[in-house]
Amino acid sequence: MTHAERVAAWLLAILWLSPLLYAFWAAFHPPAFATTFDPLAPLTLANFEKAWGYAPFPRHFLNTVILVTMVLAAQLVLCTLAAFAFARFDFAGRDVAFALVLLQLMIMPEVLIVENYRTMARLGLVDTILGIGLPYMASAFGIFLLRQTFKTIPRELEEAARVEGCSWLGVLWRVYVPLARPTYLAYALVSVSYHWNNFLWPLIVTNSVNTRPLTVGLAIFGAPESGVDWSVISAGTLMAVAPLLVAFLLFQRQFMQSFMQAGIK
Amino acid sequence: MRHVYGWLLLTPAAILLVAFTHYPAVATLAESFFSTGTAVRPSRFVGLDNYAALAADPVFWQVLRNNFWFALGTIPTSIALALLMALWVNGRLPARALVRMAYFTPTVLPMIAVANLWLYFYTPQIGLLDKVAAMFGAGSHNWLGSPDTVMGCLIAMTIWKEAGFFMIFYLAALQTLPPELGEAARIEGASRWYFFRRVTFPLLMPTTLFVLVNATINSFKLVDHLFILTKGGPDNASNLLLYYIYQVAFSFFDVAYAATLTVILLFMLGIFAVVQFQLIERRVHYR
Amino acid sequence: MNYLLSLLLALVVGSAHAQGKTELTFYYPIAVGGPLTKVIDNLVAGFEKENPNVKISSVYAGNYDDARIKALAAQKAGQPAQMSVLFSIDIYELLEQDLIVPFDDLATTAADKAWLKSFYPALMANGTYKGKVYGIPFQRSTIVMYWNKDAFKEAGLDPEKAPSNWNEMQQMAARLVKKDAGGNVTRWGVMVPSTGYAYWMFQAFARENGQDLMNAEGNRTNFAHPDVVAALEYWVNLGRKDRVMPEGTVEWGTLRQNFVEGKTAIMWHTTGNLTAVKDSAKFPFGVAMLPASKQRGSPTGGGNWYIFKKSTPAERKAAFEFIKWVTAPERAAEWSIATGYVAVSPAAYETPKLKEYVSGFPQAAVARDQLKFATPELSTFQTGRVRKALDDAIQAAITGSKSPADALKAAQAESERLLKSYK
Repeated sequence: MTHAERVAAWLLAILWLSPLLYAFWAAFHPPAFATTFDPLAPLTLANFEKAWGYAPFPRHFLNTVILVTMVLAAQLVLCTLAAFAFARFDFAGRDVAFALVLLQLMIMPEVLIVENYRTMARLGLVDTILGIGLPYMASAFGIFLLRQTFKTIPRELEEAARVEGCSWLGVLWRVYVPLARPTYLAYALVSVSYHWNNFLWPLIVTNSVNTRPLTVGLAIFGAPESGVDWSVISAGTLMAVAPLLVAFLLFQRQFMQSFMQAGIK
Repeated sequence: MRHVYGWLLLTPAAILLVAFTHYPAVATLAESFFSTGTAVRPSRFVGLDNYAALAADPVFWQVLRNNFWFALGTIPTSIALALLMALWVNGRLPARALVRMAYFTPTVLPMIAVANLWLYFYTPQIGLLDKVAAMFGAGSHNWLGSPDTVMGCLIAMTIWKEAGFFMIFYLAALQTLPPELGEAARIEGASRWYFFRRVTFPLLMPTTLFVLVNATINSFKLVDHLFILTKGGPDNASNLLLYYIYQVAFSFFDVAYAATLTVILLFMLGIFAVVQFQLIERRVHYR
Repeated sequence: MNYLLSLLLALVVGSAHAQGKTELTFYYPIAVGGPLTKVIDNLVAGFEKENPNVKISSVYAGNYDDARIKALAAQKAGQPAQMSVLFSIDIYELLEQDLIVPFDDLATTAADKAWLKSFYPALMANGTYKGKVYGIPFQRSTIVMYWNKDAFKEAGLDPEKAPSNWNEMQQMAARLVKKDAGGNVTRWGVMVPSTGYAYWMFQAFARENGQDLMNAEGNRTNFAHPDVVAALEYWVNLGRKDRVMPEGTVEWGTLRQNFVEGKTAIMWHTTGNLTAVKDSAKFPFGVAMLPASKQRGSPTGGGNWYIFKKSTPAERKAAFEFIKWVTAPERAAEWSIATGYVAVSPAAYETPKLKEYVSGFPQAAVARDQLKFATPELSTFQTGRVRKALDDAIQAAITGSKSPADALKAAQAESERLLKSYK
């Protein structure tokens, strides 16, 4: 690797971080210094206080946590069952069903906002956290990943468990699930990232503060019609992304391994 | 018996998939043949009228054009950049972990947060971009308010967000390449560029194809930033199909026309679904 | 056992009802700056204290579009709000979907009828249809002209005199433009926002040139009239020919910050930003009525209270009481001081608090004084699409992709197509 390339790589890295670095700058300095870069400018926490008051971040944070947990839990169960069916059972219509499942990789619920909103209204789930998560609980991506993993597990292990008198579900629970742990971990990180940052569908389904996740809260909070105060917006944005960002910084390796694993499959 | 078991295991997921993917897709198609109902005028069958209105709608064509340019602008560049980043990070680079983290960070941020930050960059005069330009003596420019530059700005922001994500896939693939190949090439005296062109890139082709399809789908799905940055303006210069659907459905409450637009979107996504399915099959056989 | 349980449940539920707490929900938007959710919360708390058998939850819904979308979506999804603050111009949409109740039906006593007549007539225009009142003014505004007195002084202009007509504004703005050594503009003369609510700003120009953009029945528009085209040409030329305004669209949300940072000497913006500007400007600033061409003029803007049909008689009565309370002179005064919105009734300006505020800060009275030149905000059937057609036309003209005449002709054709079936 040439020296020029190294420098280019570093410069690109700095360039890539600059928006976030700017947000830090603006958030910790008073509005008057937000658009200038005087190194001696005073630091302040007032922007965070203000942003805290403008939008109920704790509530939004709670809503997001509930949402991603609920979705992940449901996905783990539903996708495991479905993937197991595809991997180990040769049932009539299996290939057609699998093709139909894969369709969801392309046609995600947020593309069908009009009809899905209607369905939610009929189910009475508008403005509920369940309403946000329900369309995503059967994840084609999860089914796909787990099916691949299950397929690689040697049949002998399954046979050994059957010898001990396990039913199908027992085999699933005792053999397949533990061996697929890395895949589960990878998938969990991908799923949490995706749903933490999801915006369009939650925007449509939620009407009130009690259900809005962080992304929707952030959008309303930063809506240009409210008149933009950069320092406060930066502070609010940082508060909203902090949990995921901190988690990412601490568990970088795992994050990237997850996405890589998912990619290989 | 295995048939029963198979379907039983599949059923919970199947119900949700059908309810929120397959059924709505079909219902949307059906919806596009009716008119929007209001309290005073109930919905009625209108055949292809909605599609005729679609063909005559200049905003629709503008939006399609925008999606095309958006895809053309973001996809090749972000893929190329992702590959470059992966190569760099995979090589002997000091502070490699930090650099890798820097490249990947935009991916973990929600698009809404990203839009908030970049709105500042692009604001005329007081925004960062103009301030930097001022340092070099250039004048202020209305980045987001000018139809000529608004798409470019959105494309730049999207590349920033997506390149790191694709980098990961390339990294994974690079790490599965046998190191002997590189050694052999060095022994034979092949230049790095030659090695890349003749060996690395072809071996990465499956990943490139995978990333390509992903990027294309994302280019249809990604409209979050429009809510913050331009709302599709000025004069629909930055409007994208999914955002237009949102406007028609939830701002104008014209559900029938929104369904018609969705059918077009589904059609385009459907084509890519077929393409990706073929690719997956091929990759599975590849291994 | 089951029987006992259900009996117990019935008793508990029954007692809750016997307490007679009426629960109301309303959505409201904020299209201007400032932490106004707190003010709303305080108002609600004040009402609840005086009326302990009513519980109200207020939901901040974003901007006017968001509020309309949310309120209507909630109606469709079966979790209605009983009342809401929505754009004054949403009235046709709400009527077409048969969602709202006229206040005349609820105003039974003499006191109620007097209250209904107590508002500024200019603010009632948007909320009245075929003689009945469907929208009660709450957060109403007009466009006003803010000017930077220090900048005026610097340019050799009288800092106390704002431009009073189009020619003056053009000439004064030219003198106010400041450039740096490299010839780049560091301060513009005037900025008028063309995103967000471009059609609203344009209504001012049109009105000042003697034209209204729609009729009272909401089924005809006037976009292609020669005087209207001339009005758009004036606006476009400020940027493209006279170069006193930046080229391309001017962003609604960041304009206030631009003004406060001295990047423009004059700004046209809603009076609802007044308090926010007052709190953040570090220079003395003036507020004036918009300059005249053939006459003075500004559209009214802002949100009205609506009561929805999907409510029980008890809920409607409670909602009516709340709306009466929150628009009473004392509260209207409080709201106006906190925001800069026009206080909605003459009586509000007679309250001691507001009288004192206005005498110490005369800028607050400009929007009220401009009411006599005011025209209702653009509102028709299919209002969302008609407005978008006009917004797009304005942006096309301002960015130079179409001439003002062509852009407005296209917008007029589009709106005629949309309104054909309402004539």
